[in-house]
Amino acid sequence: MAEPLIVVDRITFAYPGAASPVFQNFSFQLGPEDHLGLIGPNGSGKTTLLHLIMGLLRPQAGRIIIFGNEVKTEKDFVPVRQQIGLLFQNADDQLFCPTVLEDVAFGPLNQGKSPAAAKEIALATLERLGLSGFEDRVTYKLSGGEKRLVSLATVLAMQPRVLLLDEPTSGLDEKTKHRLIHIIQELHIPFVIVSHEPDFLHHTVHNCCHLHLDHCEIKPVMLEEIYHEKDKVPNRGATSCCFGGPDRLVNG
Amino acid sequence: MSGIAEPFSEGSSLAHRLDPRGKIVVAALFATLIAVAQSLAAVLGGLTLAVLWLFLAWLPWRQVLGKLLAVNSFIFFLWLVLPFSYPGDPLFTVGPLTATKQGIWFSALITLKSNAIIIGLIALIATVPVVTLGQSLHSLKLPPKLCHLLLFTYRYLYVFEEEYQRLRTAMKMRGFRPRTNMHTYRAFAYLAAMLLVRSADRAERVFQAMLCRGFRGVFYSLRTFSWQRRDGVFLAGSLLALAAILLTEWRLPRLV
Ligand SMILES: Nc1ncnc2c1ncn2[C@@H]1O[C@H](COP(=O)(O)OP(=O)(O)OP(=O)(O)O)[C@@H](O)[C@H]1O
Ligand SMILES: [Mg+2]
Repeated sequence: MAEPLIVVDRITFAYPGAASPVFQNFSFQLGPEDHLGLIGPNGSGKTTLLHLIMGLLRPQAGRIIIFGNEVKTEKDFVPVRQQIGLLFQNADDQLFCPTVLEDVAFGPLNQGKSPAAAKEIALATLERLGLSGFEDRVTYKLSGGEKRLVSLATVLAMQPRVLLLDEPTSGLDEKTKHRLIHIIQELHIPFVIVSHEPDFLHHTVHNCCHLHLDHCEIKPVMLEEIYHEKDKVPNRGATSCCFGGPDRLVNG
Repeated sequence: MSGIAEPFSEGSSLAHRLDPRGKIVVAALFATLIAVAQSLAAVLGGLTLAVLWLFLAWLPWRQVLGKLLAVNSFIFFLWLVLPFSYPGDPLFTVGPLTATKQGIWFSALITLKSNAIIIGLIALIATVPVVTLGQSLHSLKLPPKLCHLLLFTYRYLYVFEEEYQRLRTAMKMRGFRPRTNMHTYRAFAYLAAMLLVRSADRAERVFQAMLCRGFRGVFYSLRTFSWQRRDGVFLAGSLLALAAILLTEWRLPRLV
């Protein structure tokens, strides 16, 4: 296996004031070829994991290694955020510029692109998502589904090396969902998708990672399996980790 | 839906198309000059100039009148107090109160000044979207911290209002109608508390989203300002008019 892009190595994380940790001694890896689904019941820590990877939350113990470098401080995460795109679970959190075009161009501008180049990238990205004509719309006056797609555009416009999508299908109709499947299938970068929709995962990812307190369990996507998972209580006692033990970790 | 919308910022009139930097400089000079002016001629000159700008901006006049009405309702309270408390020659009495000539004159001057400044600002500053305003202040070499403060205040003001609307809707949907009772007071107290907590939370998450998209404390703008001939004409014309007002103010005898 090639060197993993993201390594989460035996981390422990609890929200301040929370009674029990979300993760304890938890490990996770994403390889350069991985198209991974991330599933688990509500509140199992999927969003938390993505936020830990982006450095929006810091683990109390353990290491996070991204692109071969251990990331610890705010400064370490600056290049990480330039190269990993995170789609937030709530689109309202993602959009903050007055117009769609400005919002989509915000990332490229931060990457040092010239206004003209950023505008070009933004327009191309919008077109790719079937959002041509949206550039002058006011972001807070979009429908829920439109906000979702524009949020995705803001992330894709940064041309990330890795994509983390937190429930990208919530609020999308069937047609738009199919378009999204199409877009994702054409991405040539590794990604992690959090979703509660078996069909969607079936079309977009190779493997699914079932989240537990101290490990995640990788299984190939099988429709029945995920359906089954939906009403299963998380088995927090299990210990086997099928996704690279500590011995396979790469030191930064 | 939003009360913090910028109703005048969109448009294609001449005033909208002018370079915001020129408009900001002119508006700042104008407001300062009118604020310190003491002569009626200067203030009337200012009012005329402001109305001229307003024509350049060609805004929906009903909405402009609405804004002016709001401002003048504040000034109305001034009229209740100032004429009776300003020392000078008595003009008439209402009960125990005596209005003075100077008091009335002063109130009138303040009314004219405020209206001139408000009209000027509506025509020149309200026609610039807040975001562009922040960027132009930045390119006018104002400290970046101040510009960010402006931009973020605006942005989070909006978050605040949005949260408020959402909570109000949630309450309304469950049949809440304000009355004078404990239940209403408690509900409003919860509303205020939730508003604070949730807005802080939202603000935090928006900031996180910005970090994720490579934000490092500097705003880059898609808009590149380009100074054109009409901006030069506008700036020169306005400065000339302001100089004329200054001259009137300086040369004409004080009337107060
Ligand atoms: N800001 C917070 N403060 C305290 N606890 C939190 C916070 N955010 C989440 N939690 C808790 O952490 C746990 C994991 O939350 P997380 O949002 O990661 O779940 P999730 O797997 O994304 O769930 P969902 O499928 O509902 O999105 C939950 O038990 C939740 O209650
Ligand atoms: Mg979540």
